[in-house]
Amino acid sequence: MRNLASLLFAGGLAFLLMAVAAQLPFGHPPVLAGGEILAQAPQQVGAANIVTAVVLGYRGLDTLGEISILFAAATGIGLVLGRRRANAPRDPDAGTILRTGAALMFPLLLLVGFHIILHGHLTPGGGFQGGVILAAAFFLPLLARPGTPVNHPGLSLIEGVSGAIFILIGLIALFQGGEFLQPLLGTGTFGSLLSAGTLPILYLALGLKVGAELAGLLSRLADAEAN
Amino acid sequence: MIWLVSVIVILMLGSALAVLLLKNPIGAVAAASVVSLALSVLFVILRAPDVAMTEAAVGGGLGSLILALSLRRLGLWHVEGEDRKRLTRKETRDA
Amino acid sequence: MMAHNLPFVLYAGAIGLLVIGIAGIVLSQNLFRIILALAIAEAGANLLLVLAGYHWGGTAPILDQGKALATMVDPVPQALVLTAIVIGVGIQALALGLAIQAYRAYGTLEMRQLRDRLEQDIALDAGMAPSGSRQAPAGERPIPPVPAVQRRGSHTL
Repeated sequence: MRNLASLLFAGGLAFLLMAVAAQLPFGHPPVLAGGEILAQAPQQVGAANIVTAVVLGYRGLDTLGEISILFAAATGIGLVLGRRRANAPRDPDAGTILRTGAALMFPLLLLVGFHIILHGHLTPGGGFQGGVILAAAFFLPLLARPGTPVNHPGLSLIEGVSGAIFILIGLIALFQGGEFLQPLLGTGTFGSLLSAGTLPILYLALGLKVGAELAGLLSRLADAEAN
Repeated sequence: MIWLVSVIVILMLGSALAVLLLKNPIGAVAAASVVSLALSVLFVILRAPDVAMTEAAVGGGLGSLILALSLRRLGLWHVEGEDRKRLTRKETRDA
Repeated sequence: MMAHNLPFVLYAGAIGLLVIGIAGIVLSQNLFRIILALAIAEAGANLLLVLAGYHWGGTAPILDQGKALATMVDPVPQALVLTAIVIGVGIQALALGLAIQAYRAYGTLEMRQLRDRLEQDIALDAGMAPSGSRQAPAGERPIPPVPAVQRRGSHTL
């Protein structure tokens, strides 16, 4: 009976939302901020990827909030899971395919990750996508051989230094008379790697921070004891 | 174009239902990653390549990896047709 | 004909995902399924956000050398969804860590058993008699006098 009431509620909610969505102007959105950003972004910011200009230039403070939420989640999972007992049984090594594959793919994944991070302002990509690929690059050898020692203090150091660089660039922008996290260093030539001011540096710091954080999270999750 | 979008949306909704209705937890995790994959294809069709890349990498890749890692730690990794008490190291070599 | 039906299909997909996720959270008995349903609801919400910025015949908001800016889709919802996807996965990871801790403490993931044992633990810690379950709303009869300080049960932590 409770299931039937819940299903009726879900059906009613779907009908209500569809009735609301039928009134929305699909395909002709009332772009207010978006139109202005599209018109002014190439001259002001100089990035070819306008979503990157929005994420790091116009809404950089939201990105800082997202970094702190991710940091809180990674720290929380590290605190909740705790340490492994010294004599707990460990999973055996993976087969030959995964071991050799992990050794082969590690440099390729690093290359792809850094390419996506560094070209974030020119092509679709950026710090988050590249950071996830870097974390996967560091996690793959851990999947192949469970029990390889992970340098947790080193990962924390990379994460802390990258986050500090991000905030430091924002503070430098603040003290030079502008707002917090305003892009500095001019726009440069359009379409080259060194364009769009401090945006590549910000994305590099962001990508390293996200990569180190997620690598630490995955290694802690893999390290927790299997019951 | 509408046929392509319809097929992808039906696949996505079917996998979302399968996440809730499948008994095997491993199947539920696989269906969740199918939902992420279909969603990233929809994002490409909707002219949002950045979002599609993020959804494929973070939602499909990392999210499914975290879910699969935690399956083992939650005691939900049942091998079909095997006695649950004998989940020894010999079995984990095959998994 | 085509232009009339495409919004319906897309909105049906997004709202369908959202409602399936919400129904899954309400109806599931296993903690793991609730976390999976939460992930699906978040995916539906993100799709709804990106749909809000779509422009007919628009292109992706990436500039080439001389691309016309008139028909680009809105970049602001895409930036919002970029943030939302990463935050969603962070929340799922933390929720799974808490579920692992609950499994270690109680040995089960079924919601009814978890709820009952949590209420018993809370009542024992507060020094009161445990409240009645659904089968016995008034509690067990007769209710024995419970001392103010009581040892915890035999479950390990």
